Amino acid sequence: MNVLDPAFAASVLTATAPVVLAALGGLICSVSGVFNMALEGTLLWGAFVAVVASHLTGSAWWGVAAAVVAGVLYSAVLSVLTVTLRADAVVVAVGLNLLALGLTAFLMREILGVGGTYTSPDLRGLPTLAAALGRVPLLGPVLGPQSPLVPVAFALVVAAAWWLRRTRSGLRLRGAGQHPEAAASLGLRVAAYRHGAVMAAGALCGLAGAQLALGNVTLFSEGMSAGRGWVAVVAVMLGGVRPYRVAAACLLFGVAEALGFRLQGAGLPQQLADAAPYLITLVALVLAASAGRRRRAGGGVVIARKDRGGR
Amino acid sequence: MNAGPGGAGRRAARRLAPAAPAALAVAGALGLTTVVMVLAGIDPARAYPALVNGALGDGNLEYTVGAFVPTLGMALAFAIPLRAGEFNLGGDGQMALGGITAAALTLAAPLPAVAGVALPLTAAALAGALAAGISAPLHTRLGIPAIVTTLLISTPAVSLASYLVRFPLAERGTGIAETPVLPDAAHLPSIGDSGYVTIGLPLVLFLTAAWLYLDGRTVIGYETRATGLNREFARYGGVRVDRLALTALAGGGACAGLVGGLIVLGPPYRFVDGALTAPGYTFTAIAAVLLATGRPPAVPFTAALMTILQVGGEGMERDAGVPGQLTQIVQGLVIVIVAVMATVRHLRVRRSRPGGRGRDGVAPQAREAGA
Repeated sequence: MNVLDPAFAASVLTATAPVVLAALGGLICSVSGVFNMALEGTLLWGAFVAVVASHLTGSAWWGVAAAVVAGVLYSAVLSVLTVTLRADAVVVAVGLNLLALGLTAFLMREILGVGGTYTSPDLRGLPTLAAALGRVPLLGPVLGPQSPLVPVAFALVVAAAWWLRRTRSGLRLRGAGQHPEAAASLGLRVAAYRHGAVMAAGALCGLAGAQLALGNVTLFSEGMSAGRGWVAVVAVMLGGVRPYRVAAACLLFGVAEALGFRLQGAGLPQQLADAAPYLITLVALVLAASAGRRRRAGGGVVIARKDRGGR
Repeated sequence: MNAGPGGAGRRAARRLAPAAPAALAVAGALGLTTVVMVLAGIDPARAYPALVNGALGDGNLEYTVGAFVPTLGMALAFAIPLRAGEFNLGGDGQMALGGITAAALTLAAPLPAVAGVALPLTAAALAGALAAGISAPLHTRLGIPAIVTTLLISTPAVSLASYLVRFPLAERGTGIAETPVLPDAAHLPSIGDSGYVTIGLPLVLFLTAAWLYLDGRTVIGYETRATGLNREFARYGGVRVDRLALTALAGGGACAGLVGGLIVLGPPYRFVDGALTAPGYTFTAIAAVLLATGRPPAVPFTAALMTILQVGGEGMERDAGVPGQLTQIVQGLVIVIVAVMATVRHLRVRRSRPGGRGRDGVAPQAREAGA
């Protein structure tokens, strides 16, 4: 088994893309001072809406658009309840994650008429880049099998890094998170920035869901997010507010998942292959946290900014 | 803690007052669920009678009582750490590990009557305690919240149990992922004729009573609540909060592991892959505990209510063809509404008490616990 062949690199990117999209959402929330634990549910909801919209319209791109809108709407609930009404973000997130699980499983039976897994030859998945890149050496075999959303996901990491560092609105978002009172005293509408951040995370989770259900595969199955939203939460803990570090943490998960998939092909039972990405994520988190503990100054794991209030 | 001044009337009012928001939360969740139902083209007048009949109708009641046992047990698994401010979302993994441990032990070394039940159950509780206990040092020493680590440990734990039941412990030649039937000595004695209700019921009720006593009347319970309310203050007051977090998480995990053991040693007396996690006991219990809004004596009642909704949902699917996942929607909505109502109440308290403390990052449920 050759781990370094292009096909393996391709499957790493495929596995990483949805997680990195969701993690970017979590990162933006974290920067703004909101700890978003509802990524898992929002991602699942996005995946479901993407499949339903693609099923109804016959176009995968309408599926993507619908998933983004649905993600924004779903996270608007989180944003109103936690930023405006100041409900406990963790409890609301637990509720929203469970709600997404129930809603998708219920609506799946009502709209798509099946339980468990929905797939159909008529269901349109996202096109691959094979036609555009198939002949390019090196890039072709790695990016060729991907949907266009995969390079978009990684481009968004770069964009987020630039935006947070170099733009006025990025600076203000950081201000809203780092010192809400100071930001508010300078006339910044902290709550508005936080609402924006949570809804942007919704859009990104919608995109992640669409990539998962129409890019990685072309189907919807109950609970198909399978903990990816939680891995995204962990990636934000590992990477703090630095987009490249968060993306690197997601890549680690992607490598673990792709490796697990490979080992499964080589005869490892599926149950053990399934467990690998979570164990590796956990180990990485523990190692990073103990490293951060050793050199207290900077780096390490950023759990959640203490919410100092301020609107 | 509630032994403040005030007449018997006021005390009674205070006892009953918590039931009002809980009832409101359930009513609100059911209302929103009805909207979902109507939008999906389902007649609520057909669905709800099927729900009630499915849970409480002829012959179904014993099944509901049978399902109440794991739900209440999992409620303890979530509530005990919550009192110390730790979120245990890994109930599924702890339960699966407990179940598979009990099954493996029984199959490997068959024991005579009483020990045949007691030993696997103890081992199951230990397995669950271990799985949850790991999260304590990860939080107290490394600062990784238990809500994340319990969940991250849970998925591989469920996978591990699933692997064990499919390969080393599988019954050959059935094609179903399950262990062979456990020897007779390991069967839990049943109560009544149906077999659904076993001695697990009194056992879990006893554990609940013990927890209520420990929580409300002892030093460790007081220290746990203090830690949940304000960790730093408790530490300053001389509470060994790190050890307490470990005790609370391990205690919760032990309950989850025990539930796994009880399910495996009950009918059909084997570990069937997915049978522990599929009914969704963990999140039914979480909804029940949050619905109790930090009032432990309410937990058995909210657990009963949530069990009725859960089992009734299955009945609704059977009798009225309405997908049973509707109950997950109700549970999710209950949790969200409870969280909102907690802050609304909190804001009101703050307004009436000028100079009241602001938000401090402690879950309102935990915060309310000592109010």
